[in-house]
Amino acid sequence: MGETIQSVERAAAILRLLASGPGRLGVAELARALGLPKGTLHGILRTLVHVGFVEQDGATGKYRLGATLLHLGSSYLDVNELRTRSINWADALAGRSRESAWIGTLHEGQVLVIHHVFRPDDSMQTLQVGTYLPPHASALGKVLLAHDPYGELPALPLRPHTKRTIVEPAALEAELDLVRTRGWAAETEELTEGEVAIAAPIKDSRGIVVGAIGIRGALERLAPDGPLHMEYVSYVRDAARAITRDLAR
Amino acid sequence: MPRPHYVAAIDQGTTSSRCIVFDQAGHIISVAQREHRQIFPRPGWVEHDASEIWQAVQGVLAEAVSGAGLADDQIAALGITNQRETTVLWDRQTGVPVCPAIVWQDTRTDPLTRALAEHEGLFREKAGLPLATYFSGPKIRWLLDEHPGLRERAERGEVLFGTMDSWLLWNLTGRHLTDVTNASRTMLMNIHTLAWDDELLAALGVPRAMLPEIRPSAEVYGRTAGGVPVASALGDQQAALFGQTCFDPGETKSTYGSGSFLLMNTGHEPVFSKHGLLTTVGYQIGDGPATYALEGAIAVTGSLVQWLRDNLGLISSAAEIETLARTVDDNGGCYFVPAFSGLFAPHWRSDARGVIAGLTGFVNKGHIARAVLEATAWQTREVVDAMNADSGLDLTTLRADGGMTADNLLMQTLADVLDVPVIRPMVAETTALGAAYAAGLATGYWPDIDGLRANWHKAAEWRPAIDESVREQEYHNWKKAVARTLGWVEQ
Repeated sequence: MGETIQSVERAAAILRLLASGPGRLGVAELARALGLPKGTLHGILRTLVHVGFVEQDGATGKYRLGATLLHLGSSYLDVNELRTRSINWADALAGRSRESAWIGTLHEGQVLVIHHVFRPDDSMQTLQVGTYLPPHASALGKVLLAHDPYGELPALPLRPHTKRTIVEPAALEAELDLVRTRGWAAETEELTEGEVAIAAPIKDSRGIVVGAIGIRGALERLAPDGPLHMEYVSYVRDAARAITRDLAR
Repeated sequence: MPRPHYVAAIDQGTTSSRCIVFDQAGHIISVAQREHRQIFPRPGWVEHDASEIWQAVQGVLAEAVSGAGLADDQIAALGITNQRETTVLWDRQTGVPVCPAIVWQDTRTDPLTRALAEHEGLFREKAGLPLATYFSGPKIRWLLDEHPGLRERAERGEVLFGTMDSWLLWNLTGRHLTDVTNASRTMLMNIHTLAWDDELLAALGVPRAMLPEIRPSAEVYGRTAGGVPVASALGDQQAALFGQTCFDPGETKSTYGSGSFLLMNTGHEPVFSKHGLLTTVGYQIGDGPATYALEGAIAVTGSLVQWLRDNLGLISSAAEIETLARTVDDNGGCYFVPAFSGLFAPHWRSDARGVIAGLTGFVNKGHIARAVLEATAWQTREVVDAMNADSGLDLTTLRADGGMTADNLLMQTLADVLDVPVIRPMVAETTALGAAYAAGLATGYWPDIDGLRANWHKAAEWRPAIDESVREQEYHNWKKAVARTLGWVEQ
C-alpha cells in the first residue's frame, strides 16, 4: 500500500466511532477510544463539523454524525418499499399482540402512517394509511424524533392532545434521551385518553433509522395494572429487529 | 407440560420450494425456502428437474422442522400444495424421472393442441377446461410421442405420470396418488364423476396404467420416514382459496402475483362458464362431497410492474410503482392493456398484443404508472363480471392476497373499479396455510371448518370511493383499449 494521509485516517476513525454508537460522544470519550490527544481531535472535529459530516450539540457540546453525511450516497428508502418489506412482520406483530400494528416515517415534521394492520378482532376499523400523527404525542413519533438525523424538535409550542401530552421542550428532550437509551418508546394516554402505544426503530443496512413500528391499544389491555406489560414491548422490538434484519439483506 | 404441536406445509412452487410451520392460531412458526433451476432448452420450452425439486423439498422440510428446534413428533400433520399442471414421468422400479418435467408455462404442445381441436367440445364438457397448452394431458401425450419406447412402458405401468403433488407423495409415502384438485387440471379427469375418463384418455392417447389413483384433498395418505402423517394435497390456487376460508358459495379470493388467479367457490355442483372461465375442483375433504370453483386466470398483472422496472427502468423496485403513480391524480387519459402473450380470461385471444392507448403530449411516466396499476384492476373487473354472470352470484367482497396486496393504491383502485370492499387477510401466506388447514382437518388438529374461520382475520379493508359515473366512463375507455389489442397477430 502507498502512503496514506494520517489526518484522513483519523477523521474516518472518528466517523466510524460516531456511527457505531447510538447517541452522542464527547471529545473526552472520543480521545479515550481512539488513544489520541484532545487537541488533535478538536482540529479534526472542527473540520468535520464545517463540512457537515459531524454535528455538535449546542447544549452538551457532544458530537454525532451530521445530516449531510447521512444523506451522502444514501439510497433513499421508498416508503412503499418499506411497507412491502415489513408487511409479513407487521401482520405477525398484530397477530401476536392482538392489537393494531402501525408503521410510520417522518414527513415534514409529522408522522406519516405508511402501514396499518387492523386489530385482529374483526371489529369495524378504518384504514389509517396516509394520515398524520403528532410526533411529540405518539410513540412512533418519539422513536423517529429520537433518531432524526437533523435532530430538530417539532415546531413550538408543543400542542397538548390530552392532559398527559408532553408539552415542555426540556421534558421532551429527556423523553427522547430515554427512548435512545432503552431502544423503544411508550405513549401513555398522551394522544388519546384510554389509549397506549409502544414503538421501536426500524434501521436500514447502514444503521440509519428509516421508520418506526409499533402497536396501539386500550390502556386496560396493554397496561392493566399501571405499567406496560413488557411482553408487548418485546413483541414490538422483535418485529422491529426482524424488519431491520430483512432490510440488511 | 406437553410440548406444543404444529402443522407443516410444503409449498412446491414454480421457482422455489418452501416449508412453513404453523401453530393452532394459524401463525407462522418457521419458514425455509430453496430455489430450483428454470431450464429453458428452446424458446417456449420450460423444464424442471424433478429430482432436484425432491432434494429441495427434503431440505426445506428438515430446515423448517428440526432447523427450528422442533421434533418430528411435534408435527401433527404435513400438507402439500404445488405448482399445478407441471408434468413428471418416472420409472416405477427405480423412482427416477425418465425425462425433464414439463412446466405449466411451456408452450411446446401448441401444434398438438391445435391438432386436437376436433375434441374441444369434449374437453369443455367432461373436463371443464378449454383446449390449451397449459394443462397436463397434452404434455404427457407429447412426451409419449417424442421418446421412443416410452408409450409401451407406460402401457405396461412401468412408467408413471404425476403432477408435483403425486411426485412428492410418491417420494414421501411410496404410494402413487394424486388429489382431485390437481387431477382436475390434467384434462383427463371427468369433472362430474371425479374419475379418469376413458373418452378423455382416448382423445389424448394417454394409457390408464400410468395414472395415479385420485384421492380427496384431505386424508392421511401415508407417513413420512419420520412418522409424520402426510394428510393433504391441493393445487396452489385451490390451497389459497382454502387458506382464505372461502368455504361458502360465492366466496372469492384473488391472488396477485406475476399473474393473477381469481377463484370463486360455486358449491357442490360444477358451474360451466359461458364467459371464458375454467371449471375446476376447489377441494374435497375426506369422504365429503367435492366443492367446485370457477377460475379466472389473468396472465400479466405483477409482471407488468416488473416490466416497467426491468424493461423501461422507470422504477428501481416494484414497490416504487405506487410512489410514481401517486405523483399524479389520475391516468391522464392513458390505458395500458398488457396482452404480452395474448389475453387470458375472459377473452382467451392468442392474437392479441399489448397496447398503451390514449397517449397525448400531456401523458407522463406518473400517468403510465397509474395505467399499469389500473390494468390489474380492470382485468380483475372483467373476470369478476364473468364470474357473476356464470354463477348467478354477486361478488360482495374480494379477498385479496399475494405480494401486490402491499400496494395500497392498487387495493383502493380495485375497490373503486369493482364497487365492492377489498379485504386483505392477516396471514399473507394463504397458499401454504390452506394446505396446512386441510392436513390439520384430516388429522383432527383442527376440529372443523368453523374453527378455521375463527382464525381468519381482516388485516385491512379498502372501500369503494369513486362515483358510479366515473367508474362506468373508465370501464368504457378500458374496453375500447382492449378492443385495440385484438387481431394484432395475423395468422
